[in-house]
Amino acid sequence: MPILSVKELTKRFKGLVAVSNVSFDVEQGEILGLIGPNGAGKTTLFHSICGFHRPEEGAIFFKGEAITGLNPEQICKRGIARTFQIVQPFGNLTVLENVMVGAFNHTNQAHAAREEALRQLELVGLSNKVHMNMTDLTFAEQKKVEMARALATQPELLFLDEVMSGLNPTEVSEMIELIRAIRERGTTIVFIEHLMAAVMSLSDRVIVMHHGKKIADGQPEEVTQDETVIEAYLGGVL
Amino acid sequence: MKRPYVIIGLVWLLLALAPLVASDYVLHIGILVLMYAYLSQCWNIMSGYTGQFSFGHAAFFGTGAYASSVLLTKYGVSPWIGMWVGAVAAMLIGLFIGFLSFRFRLKGAYFALATLAVAEILRQIIQNSEFFNKTMGILIPLDPNPLMYQFESRIPYYYVIFIMATLLTLLVYKVSKSKLGFNMVAIRENEDAARSLGVDAYRTKMIAIGLSSALTALGGTFYAQYLLLIEPPLAFASNVSISILLPSIIGGAGTVLGPVIGAFVITPLGEITNVLFSSTPGVQFIVYGAILVLVILFLPEGIVGWVLKRMRLRRVQKGPETEQTTGKREKYAHLKR
Repeated sequence: MPILSVKELTKRFKGLVAVSNVSFDVEQGEILGLIGPNGAGKTTLFHSICGFHRPEEGAIFFKGEAITGLNPEQICKRGIARTFQIVQPFGNLTVLENVMVGAFNHTNQAHAAREEALRQLELVGLSNKVHMNMTDLTFAEQKKVEMARALATQPELLFLDEVMSGLNPTEVSEMIELIRAIRERGTTIVFIEHLMAAVMSLSDRVIVMHHGKKIADGQPEEVTQDETVIEAYLGGVL
Repeated sequence: MKRPYVIIGLVWLLLALAPLVASDYVLHIGILVLMYAYLSQCWNIMSGYTGQFSFGHAAFFGTGAYASSVLLTKYGVSPWIGMWVGAVAAMLIGLFIGFLSFRFRLKGAYFALATLAVAEILRQIIQNSEFFNKTMGILIPLDPNPLMYQFESRIPYYYVIFIMATLLTLLVYKVSKSKLGFNMVAIRENEDAARSLGVDAYRTKMIAIGLSSALTALGGTFYAQYLLLIEPPLAFASNVSISILLPSIIGGAGTVLGPVIGAFVITPLGEITNVLFSSTPGVQFIVYGAILVLVILFLPEGIVGWVLKRMRLRRVQKGPETEQTTGKREKYAHLKR
């Protein structure tokens, strides 16, 4: 049974169809890349799955249970966590406190939340910055705090929205290692990314979206050879 | 060592012993300071920590004052009991505002205006209702009896509000370190991010407004019993709401000690300007206003907020964090916004 199953999902904004009849499955333990030109509907798809948008049509199943139309907090409690395309810090809180907010998901004890938060911060390599304000960190570090925060909710499925954008090459390779490490610990990952090198090296499978529709789904190598995909990216002139 | 705690403890002890030496006038100022510290601490829970800015806390304050006073004068119920009725009534009003506002995502200035409107509606209802004595208000008959929340001297009043303010500040300290406190602050800082991390924003905001409104009503009863009089403008006017929120803004909203320190600065300031400019009426408000503007201009995070920021900057200048500075940081974590 797939961990996540999206069936014929459609999300409209007034007249605009942002996600149109998209279906796909995510298997337990895989890393799934989601790519597509700007405005293809990738982030809207994320938002619809994570409860920030209510899809007009279709259904979403997580571990066999319907989660369509639930609130973000309910979806998080079920075991799906996410990061944001634009970092969403709790600016006046320290890094540790940021991550503790996520860790409180599974405990009511402050010390237990603190320990869990410190564990996640160690994983993302920020143990030496725990008492700094989140907004005082570099962009790459802020993205890592967001990942630690999401991981502290102990998700089975993690959505990452463009975690590589704005990172330098060293930071990108660190991030790739980090995502692999998270998968090793048993978390399934779906990520949106524009950086093709990262997509190619990380993904077990890639889904391509264009104009709200899924236009390809397969191994990274196949997908990049696909006619429709090339057309979508190059505009069909060639 | 935990120096700040020692200092706070010593100041607390001084305040506890103050009535033994203070003159009647100083005691009166002390009672007002503690009352506004208490009321502003109530505001702090909902607006300072949870970020739902209330401009109408007079609604809860007035509800508490009127509930206990009506129960006393019409039905002979002791205000010690009446204040809990007031708390429940104010909580229901608070939850109603919360239900309407939070369900439909009313935020920021719009939420503040909604709270202001509720306070004004309550004032209109009260001052047009025969039952509440219209604009005459309610005079509480003189009957110094501790069982009826009335005392012969100011000293018991001082201790009542002193204990209320102490307990509430301890409660806020506890909450600020708990899951509820983290959830509240997360909502203030970024509601979408908080929800994505499993924080039930609606429930947390309802707890904050329910708690804040009920506790504010207890302060309203205290005020009515201290003054032995309650009228619509004393209970529900917008300047009451402002007096409640100002200590937090000056002292530092979203900090444990901000409202208390703010009340100690601002209430005596109002008194001093009153005394200094008593010969030229009106000037005291200009001076008072000018000082407020200056404080907000130069200390936008409030006094406690400013101190915490300085401490943070100094740590950053010291270079990378060592074990020692980490330990030091922990001490102030509860004061941190």
